[in-house]
Amino acid sequence: MAENILEIKGLSAGLANEGEEILHGIDLQVGKGETHVLMGPNGAGKSTLGNVIMGSPVYKVSKGQILLEGGEITKDSVDARAKKGIFLSFQNPLEVPGLSMEAFLRNAIREKTGKPVKIFQFKKKIEETLKLLDMDASYVERDLNVGFSGGEKKKAEIFQLLLLEPKLAILDETDSGLDVDAVRTVSKGIEIFRQNGGTLLIITHSTRILDALTVDHTHVLVDGRIVKHGDGTLVDEINRGGYAKYIG
Amino acid sequence: MAEIRKDAPIDISEDANRELLNDVERGLYDFKDEEREEDFYKVDEGLTEEIVRQISEEKHDPEWMLEFRLKSLKIYHELKVPDWGPPIDGLNMDQIVTYVRSKTGMKGSWEEVPEDIKNAFEKLGIPQAEREALAGVGAQYDSELVYHNVRKDVEEQGVVYTDMESALTGKYAEMVREHFMKLVPPTDHKFAALHGAVWSGGSFVYVPPGTKVDIPLQSYFRLNAPGAGQFEHTLIIVDEGADVHFIEGCSAPKYNVANLHAGCVELFVGKNAHLRYSTIENWSKNMYNLNTKRAICEEGGTIEWISGSFGSHVSYLYPTSVLKGDHSHAEFTGITFAGKGQNLDTGAKMIHLGKNTSSFIDTKSVCKSGGISTYRSSVEIRRQAEGAKASVNCGSLMLDSISRSDTVPAMDIRTDKADVGHEAKIGRISDEAVFYMMSRGISEAEARAMIVSGFANPVSKELPLEYAAEMNNLIKLEMEMG
Ligand SMILES: Nc1ncnc2c1ncn2[C@@H]1O[C@H](COP(=O)(O)OP(=O)(O)OP(=O)(O)O)[C@@H](O)[C@H]1O
Ligand SMILES: [Mg+2]
Repeated sequence: MAENILEIKGLSAGLANEGEEILHGIDLQVGKGETHVLMGPNGAGKSTLGNVIMGSPVYKVSKGQILLEGGEITKDSVDARAKKGIFLSFQNPLEVPGLSMEAFLRNAIREKTGKPVKIFQFKKKIEETLKLLDMDASYVERDLNVGFSGGEKKKAEIFQLLLLEPKLAILDETDSGLDVDAVRTVSKGIEIFRQNGGTLLIITHSTRILDALTVDHTHVLVDGRIVKHGDGTLVDEINRGGYAKYIG
Repeated sequence: MAEIRKDAPIDISEDANRELLNDVERGLYDFKDEEREEDFYKVDEGLTEEIVRQISEEKHDPEWMLEFRLKSLKIYHELKVPDWGPPIDGLNMDQIVTYVRSKTGMKGSWEEVPEDIKNAFEKLGIPQAEREALAGVGAQYDSELVYHNVRKDVEEQGVVYTDMESALTGKYAEMVREHFMKLVPPTDHKFAALHGAVWSGGSFVYVPPGTKVDIPLQSYFRLNAPGAGQFEHTLIIVDEGADVHFIEGCSAPKYNVANLHAGCVELFVGKNAHLRYSTIENWSKNMYNLNTKRAICEEGGTIEWISGSFGSHVSYLYPTSVLKGDHSHAEFTGITFAGKGQNLDTGAKMIHLGKNTSSFIDTKSVCKSGGISTYRSSVEIRRQAEGAKASVNCGSLMLDSISRSDTVPAMDIRTDKADVGHEAKIGRISDEAVFYMMSRGISEAEARAMIVSGFANPVSKELPLEYAAEMNNLIKLEMEMG
C-alpha cells in the first residue's frame, strides 16, 4: 500500500460555538496518489469533514487527530495546512471584490513558496491552464469570483488547484451545477492534477465527474459516521441502490 | 465682507450668483447652534495683529496680501469654532499662536518624533534624510532637482507651476490676486479665516487654454519643505479646454510639532477644461486636519477628485464642487481609514447650479480598533439646475465591533427635473471569506489586508501605479497597527 498522505484517527467534531457533535469518530486513510470518493446523504457531514480537515474555525475538534504525511496538523492554522499541501475546493466559493484572481494567486504562491513569483512562468502557467479549462482570459483579471456564474466559480476552483499544485485536494461537490461540457473540462483538470502525482478526496453526489477517473477507494458517510469503505465499484452500487441500506 | 467678493471671478447670472453667495455665507456645513453663549469660545488673544504683520513681512507679501491677512484675522476672531462634528477641544485655541508660529521657526528634534511615525517611515522604506524632513525636524530633502526638471518640461507648454510665494509677485501676480480665497473666502469658517491670516507655502498652477499636460504635476516634493503642510495654499487655474492632473501629498506620515492643519485648496476649472486632483494624505495621529478644498467648474468643465485620507486624530474634510456652468461634471472618489483614537468626518459636497450638470460620489470608509468614521455628504440641486443628475454611493467596512461607522448623507433638491440616486452600505469582513483565502495559503492578517485593499480598489485604481502601491502599503500598515 502507498504511504498515507492523510490519516484521520477517531475524529469527532462539531460547531465551535455549540456543543453538539456533527462528526462522530471518523477513521480515514488516504494513500499518496490515490483517488478517494466520499459519498453520503445530504446533511451527513461530508462538507463538515472537508472543512475540519482544512481547519475551518467554524468547527471544533473534540476528539481524535488529523495527520498529513505522518505529522499531526489537528491544531495547525488554516494557512499552515494549505502551505503543507492541503487544498479545499469550496462548495460555495467566496467573492472578494476589488481583488483580481491573478493578484490573489500571485500572493498565495508567494506565501506558499516564500519567494516572489516569477512573472513569466506564472503568466505562462495561467495561459496554459486557461486553455485547458476552456476559460476566457478575462477570468484572471476579474475580481475573484465576483459575478461568476455557479459553474464558472467551480471551474475557477479547479483553475486555482492547478496553479497552486497542492499535494492533497479535497473537492466538495465541484461537479454540481456544471453543464455536460463543463463536467468534462473539470474532470480533465482533475485528471491532470492526479497524473502529476496529486491525491484526491472527492465529495460528490453524482458519478459524472468520476467517469473519466479511476477511483481507488469509496467511503460512505451517514450521520457523521463512516458506515462503509469500498473500492471504486461502490460508487455504482450506491448510485443504483441509494443509501437506504446504510441508514438505520 | 462685500468687497472680498465684489471682484470674485464668478460671473454668473444674478440669481445663480445670489445662490452661490448664500452658499459661501452659510459655509461648508451650516454652523448651527447659534444659541451658544457669545463668550463660550474665548477670543484668542494669542494671535495678534502684530504676529500676522510679522509673518507677512517675513514672507515679503505685497501690500494687498497684508491687508487680506489682517482682514482675515479680524474675521477669525469673530467666528466660532465649529461644534457640529467630531470634538476638537484637544486643540487649544488659546495657544493658537503656537500652531501658527511653529512654521516660522519652532522646530522639534528627531527624538521628539513619536515612535509610531518612526516605525511607519521604517516600514514604508523612507530614507533617513527624507524622514527627518517629512517629520519637519530636518533639513529640506534634496529633491529640488527632480521637481525642477518636471517644472521645466511643463514650462515649455506654457504651464505655470510654482510655489505660492513666488506666484504672488511673479508674472501671474494679478491672476493670483483675482482668485486667492475667492472660492473659499475667510468668512467661510473659523479655520478658513485663520488660513487667510497665517497661510504659507503651497502651489500655484496655471494651465493656459487648450493645453494638455501629459504628466501629473506632483506636490510631493514641495511638501517635504520643513514646516510645510500646515497652512499651505493650493491655487490651480485650468483655462478653457485645458487638461491637467495634480497630485498632492504622499503616503509618508507627516508629522508636525504643532498639531493643526488648516490648508486650503481652490480649483478653477474653465470652460470644457478637465482637472483631476488626487490626494493621498497621511497625517500623524495627533493632528487636527481641518482642511478646506473647493472647485468651481465652468460650462462643460470636469473636476475629478481622488482622495485617500489616512491618519490624523480628527479630520473635517469635504471637498466641494460647484457646478456652475451648464453641462459641467464632478466626480469624487475617496477612502478614509479610521484606526485607534481617530475620529474622521469626511465626505464630499456637490452644488449643482448649471443645467444638465452631473455629479458622482463614490466613497469608502474603513474603521478599526475603535476608530470612528463618519461619512458626511451633501448634494444640492438648485432650482435653475434643470436636467441635473447626481449619484451618491457610500460603503463602509467595520473591521471589529468596537469601531463606529456613520453615514450622514444630505440632499437638497429644488427642481423636480433632476435625477438623483443614493446607496449606502455598511459591512464587515466575512469570516468565511477569510477562511477561503487562508485555505489557499494566505495568512489571516494578509487575507484581511487583501479584503480591505480590494474594498479600497475603486480609489486605488484611479491613482497612478506608484501611488496605488503606496496606498496599499499604507492600508497594510494601518491593518497591522493595534
Ligand atoms: N456552519 C454550520 N452551521 C449550522 N449547522 C451546520 C453548519 N455546518 C454543518 N452544519 C450541520 O451539520 C450537518 C452536516 O452538514 P454538512 O454540510 O457537512 O453536510 P453534507 O454532507 O455536506 O451535506 P450536502 O450533501 O447537503 O452538502 C448538517 O445537519 C448541517 O446542518
Ligand atoms: Mg456539503
